[in-house]
Amino acid sequence: MSSFFKNTELDLNKAEKIVSETLNKCDDGELYLEDTKSESIVLDDNKIKSSNYTKESGYGFRAINGDVVAYSHSNEISEKSLRNSSKNLKSTLKNSEGIYNSEIKKTNQKFYNDLDPVDEKNLADKIKILNEINEYSRSISGSVKQVTANFLGERKNIEILRCGGELLKDTRPLVRINVSVMVEKNGRKETGVYGVGGRQSYDEFLKNDDWKKICDEAYRIATTNLESKASPAGEMKVVLGPGWPAILIHEAVGHGLEGDFNRKKTSVFHDLVGKKVASDGVTIIDDGTIDKRRGSLNIDDEGTPTEKTVLIENGILKNFMQDRLNARLMNTKSTGNGRRESYKHIVMPRMRNTIMLNGNNTQDEMIKSVDKGIFAVSFGGGQVDITSGKFVFSCTEAYEIINGKIGSPIKGATLIGDGPSSLKEVLMVGNDMMLDPGIGTCGKAGQGVPVGVGQPSLLIDKMTVGGTQI
Amino acid sequence: MIKEDRFLEKIADFCISKSKDLGSTSSNVLVMNTISENVNIRNKKLDGSERSENLGVTLTTYIGKKKASISSTNLSENNLIELVTKCIDSTKVTPEDEYNSLPDQELHFKGEKNLELYDNTHLSNDEKINFIKEAEEVAFSHDKIVNTNGSGFSETKSNFILANSNGFSDGYKTSQFTAYCEVVSKSNGSMERDYEYSSKRHYKDLLTPKQIGDSAAKLAISKLNPKKIESNKMGIVFDKRIAQNLLSTFASAISSNTISKGTTFLKDCLNKKVFNDRINIIDKANIKKANGSRYFDSEGVRIEDLQLVKNGILSDYLVETYSGKKINRKSNGRSSGTTNLYFENGDQSFDQLINSEKKLLYIKETIGRGANIITGDYSVGASGIMIENGKFTFPVSEITIAGNFNEMFKNIILADDLEFKYSTSSPTMLVNGITVGGK
Repeated sequence: MSSFFKNTELDLNKAEKIVSETLNKCDDGELYLEDTKSESIVLDDNKIKSSNYTKESGYGFRAINGDVVAYSHSNEISEKSLRNSSKNLKSTLKNSEGIYNSEIKKTNQKFYNDLDPVDEKNLADKIKILNEINEYSRSISGSVKQVTANFLGERKNIEILRCGGELLKDTRPLVRINVSVMVEKNGRKETGVYGVGGRQSYDEFLKNDDWKKICDEAYRIATTNLESKASPAGEMKVVLGPGWPAILIHEAVGHGLEGDFNRKKTSVFHDLVGKKVASDGVTIIDDGTIDKRRGSLNIDDEGTPTEKTVLIENGILKNFMQDRLNARLMNTKSTGNGRRESYKHIVMPRMRNTIMLNGNNTQDEMIKSVDKGIFAVSFGGGQVDITSGKFVFSCTEAYEIINGKIGSPIKGATLIGDGPSSLKEVLMVGNDMMLDPGIGTCGKAGQGVPVGVGQPSLLIDKMTVGGTQI
Repeated sequence: MIKEDRFLEKIADFCISKSKDLGSTSSNVLVMNTISENVNIRNKKLDGSERSENLGVTLTTYIGKKKASISSTNLSENNLIELVTKCIDSTKVTPEDEYNSLPDQELHFKGEKNLELYDNTHLSNDEKINFIKEAEEVAFSHDKIVNTNGSGFSETKSNFILANSNGFSDGYKTSQFTAYCEVVSKSNGSMERDYEYSSKRHYKDLLTPKQIGDSAAKLAISKLNPKKIESNKMGIVFDKRIAQNLLSTFASAISSNTISKGTTFLKDCLNKKVFNDRINIIDKANIKKANGSRYFDSEGVRIEDLQLVKNGILSDYLVETYSGKKINRKSNGRSSGTTNLYFENGDQSFDQLINSEKKLLYIKETIGRGANIITGDYSVGASGIMIENGKFTFPVSEITIAGNFNEMFKNIILADDLEFKYSTSSPTMLVNGITVGGK
């Protein structure tokens, strides 16, 4: 039973009729309905700085003919509004003569429970824990001068109504807990940030006082940085730690393997399928099917069941990530990567959990093999230029490596590399694959969607390190 | 059609009076309607169109020094009652914070609204398509432009009412017209992209399609077949579109929020020399038709003109009510951030600037968010063009540039070519002694 129409004169039958009338001569399209509640509670400077609750619902109506997409969205769910949207779509797709592709795979797969993180724990309890986080973090050491902590929770209901009346549904919980600690010693200030999250209850992360580990980790990173010296500049060997540093994979190759950039031939990878793009032993997948992970989905935002898509296998480029539009135009099938931030946004091929699989080396072997280089353990944000292939990411915890040994921590530096060549410069792949703690949000064309990454330790032959020390 | 004031006021009034009925001691509400229409084209033909219509309400209620907020897009009366109730319930369980309050009534904006921030012009989808198609056609007329990443035109109109329980109730319409063109150049196996865009409150103020297409094409072509250079310390010339980012970083380092928490490298720098004495920074809200202009901030506070830096000395902060109280300063209307923020012109021409050293690196693009406002450290990926003896010689890419703002700010030399293309604007900027990470 659909819940979207209960407060309006519009019922499912009427909506179905408008959708079918609008789309029957289009190649594809759907009515996407969304109902989301979310909360953000922020503790900052010893106070609950804000407590925001948001309830939003709306629809996005999409019609596709050939390679032209018409989209109209509104937060007024009514027959009048939907008819206006229909008119707007038809005015863009003049004289559309497509044949509607009604094929869509069915699934019963479920990677997360139907729960409501926002309401299942009351606000007073969440505030109490944030205050405990603040007190605990400040009690670790007198050097802690500032603590910011927040809870972000969301429950999103979506329904996808296709031409002919097919209705696909998903309910998606998502939580995230972040702690940021600023320490000060001898006039020098540094911060450390750590967070956890996933498609589950807050309590999964809070039970057994597990939240203390988040504070401890944020504090550890901050104090490490207090001792950091200026980073070297120039090309050198880089050892990446396991887990979150896989945002390198996300930036270096992930975006370049999204279907839209390859259909439009603006990605450096567009003519490299079947070719060698990475060292032997490098296998990268994009997996939407891992239990309770931030980047997992039962179905994508077009209704396609998610899957485990092999992108690069043993160094050879195998597949791109596809939504329905780009898959059709490239004569292939959607891989369940069609995603959108909300009903206000158009669908694009987006990553889910992007992971490099294990190899055979140990992190120790990697460090020992480096005469001069850096060991990067954690990163802040990254970015890529799809066309030139250049990508960057900024270290939030890194160390120098001298003669096979880990040396002093170094100041946050940006690393820059070239997507297609950097994976060919992977010298060793570790056996310690880890997934990230569940905090990633990927931005593309102004839309943010939750994603995950994972990788084992990696040794890269050369990358340019953006320090100040020559 | 964009909703008129009276419609929005009715919802605002309802929320304020319902909040009072249910026990709030004060409240603040924003009701906003935005309609935007855009078209995207690719390879000179239509790629997509999008129409969006948003109407939403954000309510903050106070009970004494307790505060909570709620927002929603469902404005039916039943839902509004449910929201106000939920907001009040949340307020009750939120701890007191002595700094929570509405702004001082005497700071409320009152006065004329004559900045011409709204242009009623409406372009049909076909007119939008023709405008941006012409830009792409011009771009494709350049050799070596082989593809596009898409180009687009958007028209956005908004109206809002901001009201609080101290009697403030005001709002106004704004419009924004934006055209952009992003093209791909190719030569000898090298592929590069670049863009040009124009975004204005009034349709007639936009660059012409020809100017946009020509500029995008030239920029993308100038990046082809780049080289990587040796690591070195050198003078960097920041193109205007990058120089403005340094100004934005400066602004976030002097907001009352970061100052009150001490999480900024510019803490305790008020009335001290932060830049060299040729540098002046202004934030001015009342420039006619300008992108950053507004009458009042998100709390309804009037916006003073600020000279943030005078002859290199930091002379003011960006202050809003809550964090302003923590540092004993009254709001100067910056709860929505800066308005039209700019460096005053320097005394050198662009030519003098690029001839000031034998070798300089001209930076046109940076990637990554490498500015740390707590330590002042700066490190980003970059690409640009080498300048040798005042001549642009070859493109450079896959390098990093790094330094610390404390030092960089003191070394800034500005050209005299300021223009108000963005809401944050800088003339071309030279900074000596920056570390370039390359080979």
